[in-house]
Amino acid sequence: MTTLDAGFDLAAAKRDAERRAFRKRMLTFGIPAAVLAYLVYVAIAFDIAGLAARARMDNARILLADMVSHKVHVTRDNRFDKTTVAIEGENKGTYADDQWPAWVVREGASTVVALEAGNVVRFDPDAVRFDIPDYGVLEIVQNRTGITMTMPAGATPEWINASSSRVTVTRPEGRLTVTKTRAEVFRYFGGWELFFFTLDSPFHGKDWAQLAALAVSGERVRAGESNLAAMASDVWNNAMWRHKDVAWAIFETVLMAFLGTMGAAILAVPLAFAAAKNFAPAFPVRFGMRRVFDFLRGVDGLIWTIILSRAFGPGPLTGSLAILFTDTGTFGKLFSEALENVDRKQIDGLRSTGANVVQRNRFGVIPQLAPVIVSQVLYYLESNMRSATVIGAIVGGGIGLLLTQAIQTQKDWEEVTYYIVLTLMMVSATDMLSGWLRSKLIGGR
Amino acid sequence: MTDIALRGVDGLKVDYLALVRRRRLYSALLLVLFVALIAGGFDLADSRNAGGFWSGLSQIFDFPVELVREAINKGAALPGNLWRYLPAMIETINIAAVSTLLGAVLAVFLSLLSTRGLARWPRLMPLFRRVMDTMRAIPEIVIALVLIFVLGGGPVPAMIAIAFHTAGALGKLFSEVNENADLKPIEGLSSVGASWFQRMWLGVLPQVMPNYLSYALLRFEINVRASAILGFVGAGGIGAELRVAISWGTGRYDAAAAIFLLLFLTIVAIDQLSSHVRNRLVGGH
Repeated sequence: MTTLDAGFDLAAAKRDAERRAFRKRMLTFGIPAAVLAYLVYVAIAFDIAGLAARARMDNARILLADMVSHKVHVTRDNRFDKTTVAIEGENKGTYADDQWPAWVVREGASTVVALEAGNVVRFDPDAVRFDIPDYGVLEIVQNRTGITMTMPAGATPEWINASSSRVTVTRPEGRLTVTKTRAEVFRYFGGWELFFFTLDSPFHGKDWAQLAALAVSGERVRAGESNLAAMASDVWNNAMWRHKDVAWAIFETVLMAFLGTMGAAILAVPLAFAAAKNFAPAFPVRFGMRRVFDFLRGVDGLIWTIILSRAFGPGPLTGSLAILFTDTGTFGKLFSEALENVDRKQIDGLRSTGANVVQRNRFGVIPQLAPVIVSQVLYYLESNMRSATVIGAIVGGGIGLLLTQAIQTQKDWEEVTYYIVLTLMMVSATDMLSGWLRSKLIGGR
Repeated sequence: MTDIALRGVDGLKVDYLALVRRRRLYSALLLVLFVALIAGGFDLADSRNAGGFWSGLSQIFDFPVELVREAINKGAALPGNLWRYLPAMIETINIAAVSTLLGAVLAVFLSLLSTRGLARWPRLMPLFRRVMDTMRAIPEIVIALVLIFVLGGGPVPAMIAIAFHTAGALGKLFSEVNENADLKPIEGLSSVGASWFQRMWLGVLPQVMPNYLSYALLRFEINVRASAILGFVGAGGIGAELRVAISWGTGRYDAAAAIFLLLFLTIVAIDQLSSHVRNRLVGGH
């Protein structure tokens, strides 16, 4: 048995060990402390404390309620002395004057709107009256000069928002808005109305069994067209949900992602050869190519999108090109790195059989590169499907545009929900497809 | 065997060549189909675009040239502009950093809970996997736009949106890393009665930390880009400033040039820095 080495200094070793332990301890506490300090700084910089004040919880409530319901507007316009009943207040959802739903009744010159739980709104010629059980009657008189409201005694409840030019009464059963020239009441219903057929379609208001019966037999509802074709065309051209435009938008988004990714891959493969050390012996070429890739990647997708949309105008082509430019840089870098890691043995083997340059690359390099290309292209195709959504919002094309428009008008949250659901379906479908293709093409997991 | 014996080597050769020809034909057909898809796609995209490809191609440098010209004409203002937009750039970077941090923390939990051998509740593994898939699938812009409506504009909606997506994306990568973790330390720890949290903290995380950090840095790079682009659609940061600077009519191209430059330099710097650190983290062992 040997004892300690002659030069071993126990005291020094202890000091060393203590120093290490101390450093480690500082690190374990130092890093979390630094992270915490950073988070505190950001919380102050982002004004998290003021967030609660800025947050519009009423907006959140509207959003959640609207996602799964629709509202029907009953509107009286004093200038034209006309009352209309319209789903979501849209032209295409306006009921014909003789086909109002049962809860809206004409009584002489008045209109009586029955809301749930006994709430009633009356548009009388002299005033608008809102009868709220457990509270009383609100009487709102519209003048050319302003609005006067008479309400039951007591403090103004928080669900009434009144000024001299506008009164808003927000109740769970409905919402009443009165201005000098207009009175409007919303009543909420569950579900997405008119999703398949608008009011002007002959198929509106029929249940599934009736529709199925009409589709297979029965008289032609519209002359010169089979019922099935008429139904399909009514759904496709539905003016409220705009299924045709939405389908095109989804297709445009997919198109942008597909063209951008594939175009970038096609461009990047030859360029990657020029940037790989073992295939481009000339240093200037290699260096130049790499800087091109860095530049394409560094000029972010956002900047490309803006520059290109100035030249090409809004639309899917601009989006495709923006993705193509950015990803050519990314693919170029990835592929050239893969090329540099290519196994020389296969190429040497081919050379020994007398294969020329093209054959060596075709049979010696491409088979090694192909799995990298396929897996990266599929991965980016999937990720670009999401990028195309946001790029579409900027260049003005695809589902991204519809989504931003629908959200910015802050009106039809059920449409927003519809678009979101479709976007998710689109992304998940690509996800599954690319997973399946990857396993087919390169095997393994 | 009998087949070869009957038809000889020549027959085999004929069969083989026929097989090769058929495979080549299929490959060629696939290639033609692919090229047709690409060409048709570009044609369709071109026809649905507001401006045409060929007319646009000649104008592609108009905007950059105008931008550069104005930036050069007002060259003296460039340092001032860079300084002026630096806070917005820092805000964008902060959004990316915080969302990467929060997303990564969430991803660590999600990935540990969905890795075989490590999961706290093995039966719930598929659930956590689906949760990660869903988080990954939702585009950031969707969450950001909805949150902007509720929380108002500013950095917080973008931060939450990116963090959400990051948790899903990193969770998947982390769980792949976890699968390669050595289980012996965990067995050792559980033999002395360590809780699940202690097993993960002391047994798993030290093994996987370098890979985690490497992936998180890569994600940070991606998130800087994402937060810039989300700024353009309503969240705060450099994107919002850029939107103002390039808007038609009031466009201040010297400001836009400064923002472009700032964005470019930041992205390249973060790119270089992160690839350097990642090489040291993962290449080191």
